[in-house]
Amino acid sequence: MTDSKNQVTRRGVLGTGAALTALAGTGVLARTPAMAAPSAATAGGLPVDLIVNGTRHQLSLDPRTTLLDALRDHLHLTGSKKGCDHGQCGTCTVLINGVRKNSCLSLAIMRTGDEITTIEGLGTPENLHPLQAAFIKHDGFQCGFCTPGQICSAAGMIAEAKKGMPSAATEDLSAQQAALGPAEIRERMSGNICRCAAYPNIVAAIRDVSEGHTG
Amino acid sequence: MREFTYERAADAKSAALAASRPGAKLIAGGTNLLDLMKVDVETPTHLVDISRLPMAEIADANDGGLRIGAGVTNADLAADRRVRERYPMLSRALLNGASAQLRNQATTGGNLLQRTRCYYFYDTSKPCNKRAPGSGCSALEGINRIHAVLGATDACIAVHPSDMAVAMTALDAMVEVQPSSGEPRTVALADLYRPVNDKPEMETTLSAGDLITGVTLPPPPPGLQVYRKVRDRASFSFALVSVAAVVDAEGDHIRGARVALGGVAHRPWRAAEAEKALAGARNEAASFAQAAEAATAGARGHGHNDFKIPLAKRIVARALSDFASKMGKG
Repeated sequence: MTDSKNQVTRRGVLGTGAALTALAGTGVLARTPAMAAPSAATAGGLPVDLIVNGTRHQLSLDPRTTLLDALRDHLHLTGSKKGCDHGQCGTCTVLINGVRKNSCLSLAIMRTGDEITTIEGLGTPENLHPLQAAFIKHDGFQCGFCTPGQICSAAGMIAEAKKGMPSAATEDLSAQQAALGPAEIRERMSGNICRCAAYPNIVAAIRDVSEGHTG
Repeated sequence: MREFTYERAADAKSAALAASRPGAKLIAGGTNLLDLMKVDVETPTHLVDISRLPMAEIADANDGGLRIGAGVTNADLAADRRVRERYPMLSRALLNGASAQLRNQATTGGNLLQRTRCYYFYDTSKPCNKRAPGSGCSALEGINRIHAVLGATDACIAVHPSDMAVAMTALDAMVEVQPSSGEPRTVALADLYRPVNDKPEMETTLSAGDLITGVTLPPPPPGLQVYRKVRDRASFSFALVSVAAVVDAEGDHIRGARVALGGVAHRPWRAAEAEKALAGARNEAASFAQAAEAATAGARGHGHNDFKIPLAKRIVARALSDFASKMGKG
């Protein structure tokens, strides 16, 4: 996913002011307000200390800035995606102190001092996280937009299941640990929408990792 | 999102005081408040962050009940061993609400105070008495499939969206409140929500600055507990109708019962008439049908939501008959 210097990519173009000016009047520019997000007013912002993927960042942010916008627009970690921006699609899912949450429904300033893990911190192209490898093996995506959220969510979900947390699909609430069969995985992953409907393959990939077949 | 100033509260008292100022709002999980701020339905000018206050403990109470800190997340509450063993209907209700990500973020106090998901409340281009008092109710003559059939007035037919609060209502939960000045007080959850929806902009009996610090559950009532929810999809969806029920029965005889409904009214709806019908009744299908009728007495549909009335009856009867089968009958 690294942008090559010699390649023109949509992200590269949208991220460059000069390029934006060049595109004025074209249909491409109409897309930019949604991509740029409403957190531009950082002048006179408040100090926000975020630990993202093990690195500490001291930012000055408008208090309105969501964690998602801070990650994407200020730290340029664009793996976490903005889908609905209302906590309904799950594509912005990150791990906060190891727990999966919707980064779009969290103010960055409220996350000061928290450890945040995004898809960029889970694995690298050279050293994939087991879930990333399993999603490739099982073809757990089509367009890929929801994939970072699916994978972060799955990582959090497997940790929850290991801690013995139940779900609505858990028949016996007194059980120490629920076996992650397909029904459990589907229920526990219902906060992540895939409009390509790659669900069967997503479930297969997660099952592979939760059962220890991969990694 | 409108501009606001931000502070992190040092303790409950100062949080309540800060939140009593005009335009100020408390924020903990933020899953509902930020959602509404993004669409200009909530426009606080100052946010008081209470997410770091030490309110995330669940502790055994002296009377055999449980005290739940207002900051306990929905996920942690649902997973707590004591809740799973002694208040399984609460665990079930929580697990059937929202998504795992939201449950990891949303808090107990915030869940009680969440706003309706009526589409007209969210749509600032439409009249809505709850959002803009006096402007009218768009749902009355609009799309009202998800709306109330009990306790509503023509001022507003929106429903309270919580699952958790329905189970807590059946469990006779008490709510601890820290006011902006003075000593903390305790209010029954049944008295937290206004009885009739005549002033829809006023949803609770709390005053400006009142901070919910915790919820206490009395010892679990005798009998079996169930939470049953019907919704448009299998997961991550608000209730069309839900029921939280406790039935204490011995053989053919029902000693007592508690029934609360969700998705049907502006507040969690305790079905007192159904409880009366069940107390002392025979543990059989005819009693369940009678209780179901009593639970929906006075129900009024508005067109698209007419189906909720027979649906509520069937869910109540079904939940009750589940008990009978668990106890080795029918």
